[in-house]
Amino acid sequence: MTRGEIRNLLKGLAFLSPWLIGFGVFMFLPIVLSMYYSLCDYNLLQSPAFIGAENYRALIHDGIFWKSLRVTLLYAAISLPAGLVVSLGVAVLLNVSVRGQAIFRTIIFVPSLVPTIAAAMLWRWMFNQRLGLINRALEPLLELLHKSGPPWLAQSAWVIPSLALMSLWSVGNTVIIYLAGLQDVPRELYEAAELDGAGKRQQLWHVTIPMISPVIFFNLVMAIIGILQVFDTPFMMTHGGPNRASYFYTFYLYDSAFTYLKMGYASAMAWIQLLLVLVLTGIAFGTSKRWVYYQGK
Amino acid sequence: MKSVREKFWASVTTYAALVVICALAMIPLLWMVSTSLKSDSEIVESPPRWIPDKLMWDNYRLAISSEWAHFPLWTRNTLIIAVLAVIGTTFSSAVVAYGFAKIRFRGRGPLFTLMLSTMMIPFPVLMVPLFGIFVWLGAHTPIQWLGTAKPLWVPSWFGSAFSIFLLRQFFTTIPDELSEAARIDGCSVWGIFWRIILPLSRPALSVVALFTFMWAWRDFLGPLIFLQRPTQYTLSLGLQTLQSQHGSTPWNQLMAASVLVILPVLVLFFIAQKTFIEGIATTGMKG
Repeated sequence: MTRGEIRNLLKGLAFLSPWLIGFGVFMFLPIVLSMYYSLCDYNLLQSPAFIGAENYRALIHDGIFWKSLRVTLLYAAISLPAGLVVSLGVAVLLNVSVRGQAIFRTIIFVPSLVPTIAAAMLWRWMFNQRLGLINRALEPLLELLHKSGPPWLAQSAWVIPSLALMSLWSVGNTVIIYLAGLQDVPRELYEAAELDGAGKRQQLWHVTIPMISPVIFFNLVMAIIGILQVFDTPFMMTHGGPNRASYFYTFYLYDSAFTYLKMGYASAMAWIQLLLVLVLTGIAFGTSKRWVYYQGK
Repeated sequence: MKSVREKFWASVTTYAALVVICALAMIPLLWMVSTSLKSDSEIVESPPRWIPDKLMWDNYRLAISSEWAHFPLWTRNTLIIAVLAVIGTTFSSAVVAYGFAKIRFRGRGPLFTLMLSTMMIPFPVLMVPLFGIFVWLGAHTPIQWLGTAKPLWVPSWFGSAFSIFLLRQFFTTIPDELSEAARIDGCSVWGIFWRIILPLSRPALSVVALFTFMWAWRDFLGPLIFLQRPTQYTLSLGLQTLQSQHGSTPWNQLMAASVLVILPVLVLFFIAQKTFIEGIATTGMKG
């Protein structure tokens, strides 16, 4: 390296130093420690005792571990595709130039501003079986069918679909990201498609979706990472119930660590979670070559 | 070419769809406000009415005072954490982003990739060892961490990957000629950063500040783990303990509290609406 290069390297590292230190102390060190803890019996009060793969072995035989994993994956299986379709659909609608577009956009974005605790209290109230707005709105229909309103959060079979339904309320963030992508699609493509006789639906499938596939991909990856960590909403709204039907993976991890003080066990769960994130995003990346189209590449 | 009639019906369906979607987005919030102003008896009334007979502003007073004694304190705690996090994240992320954007040095590319990939690490992986580290620090140094707000804001002074990324993208769009001219005039690297780049980056900096504020305002898992006494609680954590305690739920007061928690964020949003939307839009630019 020449002298100038060394000087630049030092300058660069000096500017990066806050992140380098932060990365070391708040990321790298915890990750290494977590790896080590996951191989230990550790309850915070005594220093960690090495037990090898014992935590992982115990996890395989832990019914609650599998239950929490199933709950999380079931939620992902509903809310991920639903969120994708709804947010993209809403974005396409908001991209049509109509009068009052700015107002429509603002209104759809507002729910995603609502802090989780407020949304949790609000939707607990919305989902209330007897007095909640949803069942009251359904009342005429239910009377016609001679049925009572669904129990929503109060019954195992309903709780996950209910939480997924609620998650659709705050898709505003994702919608805005899609909108930005939609605005970048060149007009000429639509004009060309129209000249070739393509209808609106064909334009959506053959122009819009391929052109914004990088944005879809980005949102998909972010959704995978986010959904595997879901904690706040079920903790606040159902506390994992009823019958652990909304006992999400991160909830069990949290309980293992801070309720049962099984830090080693929780760390093993954390590592499995990390691997799950890596595998799922890896799959997304792997298939992306087939369906993600990067313009100009 | 399409007929005028077809076009007319197309726009009518679009409008109808938009109105329905907007209604679905707004109705829960309107219901929240409506409930927050109802008396206890009006809450159970059937069919429900949207505008209460008499507006019970008292629910708000009850939400803030009496039983809910800590509300002002929790607001203060949340504000302190949020403000410290905003200043820390914005400043430190800008410094780091400048290094990534404007200084050419060996290893910059791989370090940038490393930084981006840290966004994929789930917080639950970090929280157990972080807890251990803060316990250890409390036992081996004179500074207590656990049971104070420090674990919630100190890490934000070391840059956040998301903010660094956003700011770096912005800084790279600033032409190098500007810094070059300043350098010839005898400006140091820090001077260029401080006096040229930062003033030009106000929009991007406010996006980062806004996002950090929102994130700190709604953060729950962090406070849940690191705070211990109810007097230290943030709004999220405090309201959670309250809503889970009540036997028969006072929905009107809970909704009043919800309105109060949303209000600051909403006000901030309407002040900085354009910045907000642009910020989110740029997030997804580079997939």
